[in-house]
Amino acid sequence: MNGHKKSSLKYEFKKNIALFMMLLPGLIIMLVNNYLPMFGIVFAFRKMDNYRSLFGTAWVGLKNFEYLFSSNNAWIITKNTIGYNIVFIIIGIVLPITMAIGLNELRNKRVSKIYQSLFFIPYFLSWVVISYLAMGMLSKEYGVINRLILHFNGEAINWYTSPKYWPCILILVNTWKWTGYDTIVYLASVVGVNKELFEAAAVDGASRLQQIWYVTIPSLVPLIIVLVLIRLGRMFYTDMGLFYSVPRNMGPLINATNTIDTYVYRAFVNTGDLGLASAAGFYQAILGLVVLLAFNAIVRKYDKASAII
Amino acid sequence: MKKERKLENESGMQISKTSNCVLNVIFILITVSCIYPILLVFAVSFTDETSLTFNGYSLIPKEFSLSAYTYILKNMSTITNAYGVSIFVTVIGSILGLTIMAMYAYPLAREDFKYRGIFNIIIVITMLFSGGLVPTYMVYVNVLKLKNNLAALILMYLFSAFYVMIIRTFYKTNVPRSLIEAAQIDGAHEFKVFFKIVVPLAKPALATIMMFSMLVYWNDWYGPLLYVEKESLYNLQYLMYTVQAKIANLAMITKGGHVNLQEIPSETARMALAIVAIGPIILAYPFFQRYFERGITLGATKE
Repeated sequence: MNGHKKSSLKYEFKKNIALFMMLLPGLIIMLVNNYLPMFGIVFAFRKMDNYRSLFGTAWVGLKNFEYLFSSNNAWIITKNTIGYNIVFIIIGIVLPITMAIGLNELRNKRVSKIYQSLFFIPYFLSWVVISYLAMGMLSKEYGVINRLILHFNGEAINWYTSPKYWPCILILVNTWKWTGYDTIVYLASVVGVNKELFEAAAVDGASRLQQIWYVTIPSLVPLIIVLVLIRLGRMFYTDMGLFYSVPRNMGPLINATNTIDTYVYRAFVNTGDLGLASAAGFYQAILGLVVLLAFNAIVRKYDKASAII
Repeated sequence: MKKERKLENESGMQISKTSNCVLNVIFILITVSCIYPILLVFAVSFTDETSLTFNGYSLIPKEFSLSAYTYILKNMSTITNAYGVSIFVTVIGSILGLTIMAMYAYPLAREDFKYRGIFNIIIVITMLFSGGLVPTYMVYVNVLKLKNNLAALILMYLFSAFYVMIIRTFYKTNVPRSLIEAAQIDGAHEFKVFFKIVVPLAKPALATIMMFSMLVYWNDWYGPLLYVEKESLYNLQYLMYTVQAKIANLAMITKGGHVNLQEIPSETARMALAIVAIGPIILAYPFFQRYFERGITLGATKE
């Protein structure tokens, strides 16, 4: 019996050897990039003096977490991470959908195409380039905005040391980069709405605006739900480029710009406290896993094909 | 009056001319806000440094000057080196990554492959949970010894579960099973089936994924931030990042930071550097745009 099973396994393997070989390179990469680092969750419970000693020096139980949560930092980074993400998600629905519908309504399709191409450009720029562009706007001495303020006899603002403006700035910059991309995501669905529905509505005397409200928007709802749920699943993750490179890692801005990702990075690089950085990373991974599983379960209900598991 | 309007928007399925006009004005404003910062940086790079101190950044250079680009020429070896690193990492990374992902996706799309469930779960787990920054760094630096090695920058983005899923879906919907079976009956080897039949049919999806992957590599500054210390291994984005970081240090100098003023390029020179970095993307843009648009719609429901 056992021998038979073994030989059939061997047979299966031999039969599919080519397929297994195709899987192999990917498996190796995932082992290195994803699976080996997973063992690193133990770092969060170890005393880690430097990165040379691979598994640290001693067990410390929950000390690293105690340290993380005893300061105000845990609250600030969690609040910032969730807060910014929720604002990004809301803007990422309203603005791109409005723009996609607007582009679709334009009478001249060629012109519409030109707008699309230009809206799409910011998506292609790296965060470092964007931080240069932001400098062009915000630089204290030369920046366009301060020159404008001075022109109207106002007082120049030192943007890079005034945290109160940064929630607005980060939201604007993120919107600038992503709206064109998101518009194209929705545009395909807007264009694809069944024309007969509009004809029927027009016969019933609905204005174009009413047609959009009662026909176009409802037909987008499934896509909106799926995209929002997927983004909610990434609620505990932020982009280092936006939160670290665009504010140029300026100390005075830290309370407005610090998220879990930047906190982990700074704990790791600046203070060298690997245990603390690992604890924060673990905290992020667990929260991320929980919300992802929760929202994935909801996605399954709406659209099985879009669920990842 | 009312009749006229009715004529204008025949069948009531088009917006009126007035609304069309208003909409165009709004879109032109948005377009301007999208490209204004880029044009500004472009203009500043051609502005005379001293006139900048008086007038600030402006879209029309008050005094035209090429001095910013002489800085670029003076540092040509550093910049070309960074360009070389960027191009090398982008080309190798995207080609290698695409090959690996295209191969991994194929058995997952084969209905007759008994173990595809397990290998599917293996990629899904990578989407659910990650070890995080510190453990990944430890693996790269302590286990693989990839500090100051371009392989680290390539390895980071080589395999994305999300792209594999897009490719798999594309195989399933666009490569007829009968075609594969027919080739197998003819005695073609699996690899031959894959490269001669599957890959050509999946070209649109594969080309798109490759474009996205190229963009990720080209725009990467975070990889070098983690793994590169040697100046000769800086890529273009990271070179720009270090310049920016030096300026930020300068701003903090009262707090005891030390920066050599000689090393800091002038305001206009930095903008020229930005233009040198944006250049290839803007030039390549018209050729690649359609791939990206197709890719976004490919992935729209599976983001």
